[in-house]
Amino acid sequence: MAADDPGRNLPPLELYVPEPKYRPGDPVDFSDIDIPPAGATARPDTAASHDDMRDHAYGLVRVLDEDHKAVGPWDPKLDAGTLRKILRAMALTRAYDERMFRAQRQGKTSFYMKCTGEEAVAIAATFALDRDDMTFPSYRQQGILIARDWSLVDMMNQVYSNKKDRLKGRQLPIMYSTKQGSFFSISGNLATQVPQAVGWAMASAAKGDTRIAATWTGEGSSAEGDFHSACIFAAVYKAPVILNVVNNQWAISSFSGFAGGDQTTFAARAVGYGIAGLRIDGNDALAVYAATQWAAERARTNKGPTLIEHFTYRAEGHSTSDDPAQYRSADEASEWPLGDPIARLKNHLIQIGEWDEERHAAMDEECAGRVKTAQKQAEKNGILGHGLHQPLETMFEEVFEEMPWHLREQEQDMLDENEAANNVAKTRNDR
Amino acid sequence: MTDNGTTQRNMIQAINNAMEVCMERDENVIVFGEDVGYYGGVFRATAGLQEKFGKRRAFDTPINECGIIGVAVGMAAYGLKPVAEIQFADYIYPGLDQLVSEAARIRYRSAGEFTAPMVVRSPFGGGIFGGQTHSQSPESIFTHICGVKTVIPSTPYDAKGLLIAAIEDPDPVVFFEPKRIYNGPFDGHYDEPVKPWSKHPASQVPDGHYVIPLGKANVLREGEDVTFLVYGTMVHVAMRAVEELGIDAEVIDLRTLLPLDMEAIEASVKKTGRCVIMHEATRTSGFGAELSALVQERCFYHLEAPVQRVTGYDTPYPHSLEWAYFPGPVRTRLALERVMEDVSG
Repeated sequence: MAADDPGRNLPPLELYVPEPKYRPGDPVDFSDIDIPPAGATARPDTAASHDDMRDHAYGLVRVLDEDHKAVGPWDPKLDAGTLRKILRAMALTRAYDERMFRAQRQGKTSFYMKCTGEEAVAIAATFALDRDDMTFPSYRQQGILIARDWSLVDMMNQVYSNKKDRLKGRQLPIMYSTKQGSFFSISGNLATQVPQAVGWAMASAAKGDTRIAATWTGEGSSAEGDFHSACIFAAVYKAPVILNVVNNQWAISSFSGFAGGDQTTFAARAVGYGIAGLRIDGNDALAVYAATQWAAERARTNKGPTLIEHFTYRAEGHSTSDDPAQYRSADEASEWPLGDPIARLKNHLIQIGEWDEERHAAMDEECAGRVKTAQKQAEKNGILGHGLHQPLETMFEEVFEEMPWHLREQEQDMLDENEAANNVAKTRNDR
Repeated sequence: MTDNGTTQRNMIQAINNAMEVCMERDENVIVFGEDVGYYGGVFRATAGLQEKFGKRRAFDTPINECGIIGVAVGMAAYGLKPVAEIQFADYIYPGLDQLVSEAARIRYRSAGEFTAPMVVRSPFGGGIFGGQTHSQSPESIFTHICGVKTVIPSTPYDAKGLLIAAIEDPDPVVFFEPKRIYNGPFDGHYDEPVKPWSKHPASQVPDGHYVIPLGKANVLREGEDVTFLVYGTMVHVAMRAVEELGIDAEVIDLRTLLPLDMEAIEASVKKTGRCVIMHEATRTSGFGAELSALVQERCFYHLEAPVQRVTGYDTPYPHSLEWAYFPGPVRTRLALERVMEDVSG
């Protein structure tokens, strides 16, 4: 025993509870965030031992510098055409978000979530993956679908839970799913997709396939046990998977300190598990592309998983259900030292002489128009009213492949109930 | 300590006030959960508590339900009275091991040496277009594990009295709050304007400390013809149906599912000879199955008709077909018609 004397004179313990630096009304100063210059971080060989690249879990890979030039060993050296495609996918995603957010405010659906400020994290990563690599997104990676040219009308049908919704109106808006788009069904429960991505990647490896998996989760959700389960399986089996942690600083009202962000980086979790860890500027589309490309090559050559922390900022509320002005300073988004991913890529394209303000404005207009047209088309299939866009029977389909007796019985009960309800309405109208 | 004043409160305000009263009376009471501290909870149930009692007694947590419930067990073992919030009942499953294998059994396995006097509060139920991950009613999972009490209030008045009782209880309590009725007594008529609590007498909530004992049901309406066994949102659906159909029903709000007020149930069913059980949760192995078995075991010779269940269907809670799923007025009426049939011949 260190001490057996119960009356020993020890200072009282204190419970530490983290506190974000800024709350509503506070002036914001992010100058204490350590931001290394673009191009300063070495690019290890994709076969490097995780042990030899520990510093990467604490640094910040950046490609675009203050003068909008792409610099350093992580520059993916993309051609201007690809850069413009990435830019356009980000702009289209933002236009889509604006429109759908407004649709929710107009009462056309129940819920929406934007990814404003975080577009690069999903979109630039998707461009660095193959089209048939499997993605296990969280709820803020609609950019994957848009980067893969998925139909906006199809996405909106899901948001409206209308009669053309391929998910039959079953899921909360934005919980997309498309096997054809290699985009796994989104769950409302947090971080559940991370071990699933690892499992998919293990299966791909077990079958001698060539496809890899990538998954995204927020820094807040990386506190869930599922995330840690995923890390240990990914490490043990060297699963060909990319584990993206989107550190957008806020989990609804909880700042990243409540996920452990005050103590260390999120990429540093990789170190403990023996996984390669990269911490990158998530608002730098080129850094996101380069890191994903690095991790994909590592995975494809059986060198194992990579955990990438995308350091970014959630520029808007968590969803249509919260008001960020209640819990954080309104100045944070504009003061964010890593800027906006769309503006930064735009400036880079202008800097290399492949873009200008006029073309950008025309692109924005074109994106807004495309979204508007898609919305009109989707709304022809219905908006979320009091439901009932789907035939009632669809409620009982796909609980199992074959419907057991009790569901058949309940289905009949529901139809009887509906008939009884219609009779009541009819009697009322006949009066 | 008695305070004679009353204030009009909705259910959120009543729940908030219950925690405030307990925190004032006992410095061992602490509250925590995701977004619970500074923001005051996504439904605002803990609003103002951090400001009043400091961040060491009302704080945010990591997004980790296993951790939230697990640390509550440890805090309770130390001697605190933790009141943990799980943001939606649909998110409680990662914490199940800590509830089922730990909180529920610590008193038993330590022969009473260690206990887990804690409350896990969680909004549950549908009717808010929350889809399958914001609408579930998992109460029967908790009545099935031995050693946890399960409480579900139906009005602001009850919510406060029951929550105070739960916080002061020496054993772990799961406290499910029907979120559809946080702001008003929803009776299943989704096409009618929302009714606020202010028009309901149970929104008059005493300001001070009072307790509604766990394990005591509330006979909301006395009647001779049929017994309704209900809790949570279904209390209001049943009351409206009874009123509309002009039936002389006895409506019993169970308030606590475990321990159950069997005396009240038995007395009522023996009197009426007919029984309708309602819950929003899925049907198979739902709490209605237990109630039905108990009624059959104890009131068999008094029954005039088979016991009827009005429940959700055995599917995940759908988003767009929410009102076809929700056990509302028509399903209630059809069950009532079945139970009132003359089965004697």
